[in-house]
Amino acid sequence: MSQSFDEISAQLRRRHRKSARLKWVSMGALGLAGLFLVLFFADMLVKGLPAFQQTQIQVQVDYSERAAELPLAAVQEDVRPLVSRGYLRLIPGRMEDNPELLGTKRMEWVLADAEVDQYLKGHYTRLHDKEKAVVDELKAEGRAELRFNTTFFTSGDSKMPELAGIASAAMGTVMTLLVTLAVAFPIGVMTAVYLEEFAPDNRFTQLIEININNLAAIPSILFGLLGLAIFINFFGVPRSSPLVGGLTLALMTLPVIIIATRTALRSVPDAIRHAAFGVGCSRWQVVRDHVLPLALPGIMTGSIIGLAQAMGETAPLIIVGMVAFIPDVTASFSDAATVLPAQIFTWAGEPERAFIEKTSGGILVLLAVLITLNATAVVLRKKFERRW
Amino acid sequence: MQTNQILALFCGTLLVLGLIAFFLGRAKAARVRAAGVSMHAQPDQYAWFSVLSTAGPAILVGAVGAFVMLLLGAEIPTLYLLAASLVVGCAGLAMGVYLVRPDFHARKAIESVIRFFLAGAALISIFTTFGILISIVGEAIRFFQMQSFWDFITGTTWNPGASFLAAAGRAEEGASAAQFGSIPLFAGTFMITALAMLVAIPVGLLSAIYMAEFAPQKVRTLAKPVLEVLAGIPTVVYGFFAAITVAPLIVDAAGFFGIDASFNNALAPGIVMGIMIIPFISSLSDDVINSVPDSMRQGSLALGMTKGETIRDVVVPAALPGIISASLLAVSRAMGETMIVVMAAGMRPNLTANPFEDMTTVTVRIVAALTGDQEFASAETLSAFALGLVLFVVTLSLNLVSVIMIRRFREKYRINNL
Amino acid sequence: MNIQISERKMGPMSGHSAGEPVVRNDNANHELSVRVRDLNLWYGQNQALKNINVDVFQKNVTALIGPSGCGKSTFLRCLNRMNDLIPNVRLEGLISMDGRDVNEARMDEVALRRRVGMVFQKPNPFPKSIYDNVAYAPRMHDLVSRKADVDELVERALRDAGLWEEVKDKLQEPGTSLSGGQQQRLCIARAIAVQPEVILMDEPTSALDPISTATIEDLMDKLKQQFTIITVTHNMQQAARVADYTAFFHLGELIEYNDTQTMFSNPATKKAEDYITGRYG
Repeated sequence: MSQSFDEISAQLRRRHRKSARLKWVSMGALGLAGLFLVLFFADMLVKGLPAFQQTQIQVQVDYSERAAELPLAAVQEDVRPLVSRGYLRLIPGRMEDNPELLGTKRMEWVLADAEVDQYLKGHYTRLHDKEKAVVDELKAEGRAELRFNTTFFTSGDSKMPELAGIASAAMGTVMTLLVTLAVAFPIGVMTAVYLEEFAPDNRFTQLIEININNLAAIPSILFGLLGLAIFINFFGVPRSSPLVGGLTLALMTLPVIIIATRTALRSVPDAIRHAAFGVGCSRWQVVRDHVLPLALPGIMTGSIIGLAQAMGETAPLIIVGMVAFIPDVTASFSDAATVLPAQIFTWAGEPERAFIEKTSGGILVLLAVLITLNATAVVLRKKFERRW
Repeated sequence: MQTNQILALFCGTLLVLGLIAFFLGRAKAARVRAAGVSMHAQPDQYAWFSVLSTAGPAILVGAVGAFVMLLLGAEIPTLYLLAASLVVGCAGLAMGVYLVRPDFHARKAIESVIRFFLAGAALISIFTTFGILISIVGEAIRFFQMQSFWDFITGTTWNPGASFLAAAGRAEEGASAAQFGSIPLFAGTFMITALAMLVAIPVGLLSAIYMAEFAPQKVRTLAKPVLEVLAGIPTVVYGFFAAITVAPLIVDAAGFFGIDASFNNALAPGIVMGIMIIPFISSLSDDVINSVPDSMRQGSLALGMTKGETIRDVVVPAALPGIISASLLAVSRAMGETMIVVMAAGMRPNLTANPFEDMTTVTVRIVAALTGDQEFASAETLSAFALGLVLFVVTLSLNLVSVIMIRRFREKYRINNL
Repeated sequence: MNIQISERKMGPMSGHSAGEPVVRNDNANHELSVRVRDLNLWYGQNQALKNINVDVFQKNVTALIGPSGCGKSTFLRCLNRMNDLIPNVRLEGLISMDGRDVNEARMDEVALRRRVGMVFQKPNPFPKSIYDNVAYAPRMHDLVSRKADVDELVERALRDAGLWEEVKDKLQEPGTSLSGGQQQRLCIARAIAVQPEVILMDEPTSALDPISTATIEDLMDKLKQQFTIITVTHNMQQAARVADYTAFFHLGELIEYNDTQTMFSNPATKKAEDYITGRYG
């Protein structure tokens, strides 16, 4: 009648193998995802870390009368193509500021051309063999070395890779995000408070809810179209400005903040509301004095995550013109500006090999900031996590 | 006077008026209370009410005035507007202080104003949707006035080059008329989306199954943040990765097998987009699988099923609506994804089924049409909005279907945390 | 079924308490099905079962009663190793069936569950059709393969579970479309379709209305012709109605194990008497 355990076990062998196969395959899938991540970071680090170093060479700078008019004349002919032209361009200005320089000759460490930099880092370079020989000689004499690249952090965009930096893009990002936060945070929190604490449960409220969920899933580029058509063409907000970029991103971030705030408000137990109502608080007082303070960590976490998302967003900003070439740090909310991801996008389109390095360097900075932001959010959540 | 100065003057005066209102209101309320009359609200509440009744109407008048000036082009001298709003402010102040009386519900008045503001904030999200809809539809209609809707939907050639000349009134000079057949763009979008799903759905779903069903707690706590990092990488970074690292690899690999691949092949953006979407699918599926009631698993195991059979035949089918819903959302995301394709896919509209060839997508053409110095009214610029409209409709339907499916799932198992 | 551990015939014993298994029902079958010796179980630091000794006899209904949290469900789940699914469970002692320790290393728990089926507190039909709910497991186990055989097996299982007349015209509808009582009978049909020897029932009627409960109780009475049934209930009347043997658990200990009549008319221990007469629980 019945089978013994051993008989059944024998029949089961094949099925157990199948079950184990599912386990290994699914484990492999997760491993694959992890592998992608490792490969990606390794690739970015290999490409981007060299961007934090830049070659400088020691050359004799001759502050002659002639150099004031023709900066190229300030250095000797053999090293002339090796020196950054951006550096040479500054010489007349410096001579004007410091008249005592005139007529002196000094050995100075100067920024090398990007091609020299690439050559020393072992990448493909367009230098001629003769120039390579000069560089080799300089290196042998200790007159060419890789130093920490401060230019990368202190200057704005440039067509010369050795002079290009992320300063203006970073400033643009900060200003854009300030606008985003200033608009999205209050409106998002207010919307969430209204929906969770005040709104009657009717058709209209449901419509708002569906609408918010839907907004969260609309492709970001469509927000760019909105920004272009409404903010720029209709309201006349200046194109490419942190103002229009920030407003566009604010509309995108709004659903994230609303959803996070609602979750945070919902996790405050009703017992606390009832207790506050019980001592005679009005609905608004309950929300202001009891519910909001308890929900604050959740709201902050959600806002940080929303902000990090906005910070990495590029497509809508391209549409509203924030891919401009910005060599100087932006000072006003209505001037043209660029942001880090847009700067990365611009650099990625440059043909010079040296810009690949700059792009990856910019990516590393952006990722570092984003990961810090997200980690902060996680820590905040862990720290204030409360089980009621 | 400059607009900025007027604004500063307005704000400054309003601030002063507000302060006056606050202290007058509080003083009066305190006086009334000191006289021993019991009042409906606290002195501070009366004070705040006075502030509100001062600032609210003044700002309203100012805003309406500015709005009328900006939008309708009506010529109202700014100084008059300033004066008018400040007069209204003063009247509000007098009104507010006058209303500080024991029988007046200052708190209720304040709270109804607050409630009004909160509801107003909630409306902004509706306005955003309408804003998107109006801006896209409006421009798209202008586009379809210039170009035939039927050609747009069914045409197989996308060649907007000449429309620029047409907009400049030099249509005759263009070698050929502009053509706006969107099929190659949608074919490209579809191809890249399909490639992305081919990567993302199996890997994402299996990862979710591993995490939800097999992984020890330690692996779970480690893997979740790792996947979140993958999800947090900006798309522009993925785009760079696809264009600089993955595309050459694919060209090399294809060359090894004797296949001629373009550097802008569809495979690179497809695969990288798939990687980007893995965490999206895995985290949603993980949630859904976790919310399949344990009694299902136990019921199957108690029948002598192996763990693998339980997952395949009971857990996954039970979670299927949620998994499909996650996949639909992922499709909608892939279709609207811009940076990866802008950076790694081609610009050439190309109707082909070969993923090694270059092809372009809807979002690429939107970006291409709106960057560069184009006349805004040219057909090419407007075509971006027509494409955007289609994108909007498609993603909106995908999202709605997905919402409906997840709601079904939730109702089936009475789960409220999804 | 072939019993390898031959159990000594037990004569009537009086004043029995935990420690030694007992049997005193003269009309009942005395062939051993499951033997439990010195069973201890811990959830982390908490000891949930203390030194349990029970012999369960074939083709009887054995009821496990006791106040909630007393360990009766935990004990039930040891018998087909459903506790394996819970992390941090530690178990000592012997549970033997068919001459084998069910917890030994080379015992395949999947094979064990083929022979020890289970019906749960809340009906949990699969998200499949009524037909597939029943046919799924037998098909997977290769008990049947031809369509006609499957049809026949499904019909027999549904008939045995007393559900056939109600569902024969809607076999392709989802199992979840049935009422609670029907769903529970579907789960019973699903369990008996794989032809186990023992069916564990974990408070099978607690989520059901009185009429469905009565149906299921009648069903248990019929099913014991073919199967050994071990049921957990916190309804003492139910135990008295359906069970041949009753075991009373309290705080993880087996206080008394006796045939049902004795247990309810003349309990040997004070605690069991107090519980049965409603002093606590």
